[in-house]
Amino acid sequence: MVVAERKPLNELLEMVQPYKKILVAGCKGCVTVCNAGGKKEVEILASELRIARKKEGQEPDVKEITLERQCDPEYMDQLTEVIKDRDAVLSIACSVGPQYIAGRFDDKVVFPGLNTTFIGGSLEHGVFAEFCQACGACGIHNFGGLCPIARCSKSLLNGPCGGSSKGKCEISKEVDCVWQLIYDRLNRLGQMDRLTRVIPCKDWTTSRDGGPRKTIREDLKL
Amino acid sequence: MRLQYPTNIRVIMVPCTGRVDVIHLLNAIEEGADGIYVAGCLEGDCHYISGNLKARKRVGQVKKILTELGLEPERVEMYNLSAAQGPRFAEIAREMTEKIKNLGPSPIGQKAKAA
Repeated sequence: MVVAERKPLNELLEMVQPYKKILVAGCKGCVTVCNAGGKKEVEILASELRIARKKEGQEPDVKEITLERQCDPEYMDQLTEVIKDRDAVLSIACSVGPQYIAGRFDDKVVFPGLNTTFIGGSLEHGVFAEFCQACGACGIHNFGGLCPIARCSKSLLNGPCGGSSKGKCEISKEVDCVWQLIYDRLNRLGQMDRLTRVIPCKDWTTSRDGGPRKTIREDLKL
Repeated sequence: MRLQYPTNIRVIMVPCTGRVDVIHLLNAIEEGADGIYVAGCLEGDCHYISGNLKARKRVGQVKKILTELGLEPERVEMYNLSAAQGPRFAEIAREMTEKIKNLGPSPIGQKAKAA
């Protein structure tokens, strides 16, 4: 999933400060799963905004909505009515959400309520880690199913480096050296010979080097 | 036992303090409550194993939010006591009431009354 985290409240209060009628818009996709921008988080943020406004002696006018997803044009329709009388929208989807809202509703000011951090998964309840950097040409089968691009601090394809110590990366004792994990796993699989294969240089044109990316599925287009 | 405790306290019953969420406590603040405390079972005695421990964490989260909002975090507290501790219940009610009285009314409640 896309993992994101809430921006600090003060930052958000400053963003929406000039606007009276606010809409807090959540998303039932990835950010619900990583507990950053689902229905529950919308309720909490809206309540925080109302308390802050009441404290300033203002009458709060904050509406709430949580869309099925904020990354599909058809779900943007769910905003049409509720957004009409709003001065500003605070979207707590990943950064795709506020961009979709900005694209659809020309006259509305949109703010991102989250910092979109990475593509990852949960390690345990409340703990999320990065697993993919969306390089666009997955080659993890060469590395025992583990991604050295996302999970090695240097994105080395021929690690480990000298900073690997007792299975940990030199950047932090909390971070596993993925190259240690790769060696251990290939050893268990009896596939250590994979690491002796000569692999051509990685083609980064599928990554950001080729500019903004697009996927077209002709079979799905209407 | 006919114990006396301050009349300003409104008791809201929940099946387990594990049901109490951040939004419930925030709603109370939003509606002008001067203080809120969650009275859970003794730690280690939760019928649902960890409901009271989860409640404590959520109270901690609300304290953090109140601080960010410039309100006193002491307005929300977590207490642990068993259903057999009537005198302790009354004592906590008095203790919390005293603490909130010292803090004064919530500015949110004041604004709500003035409006």
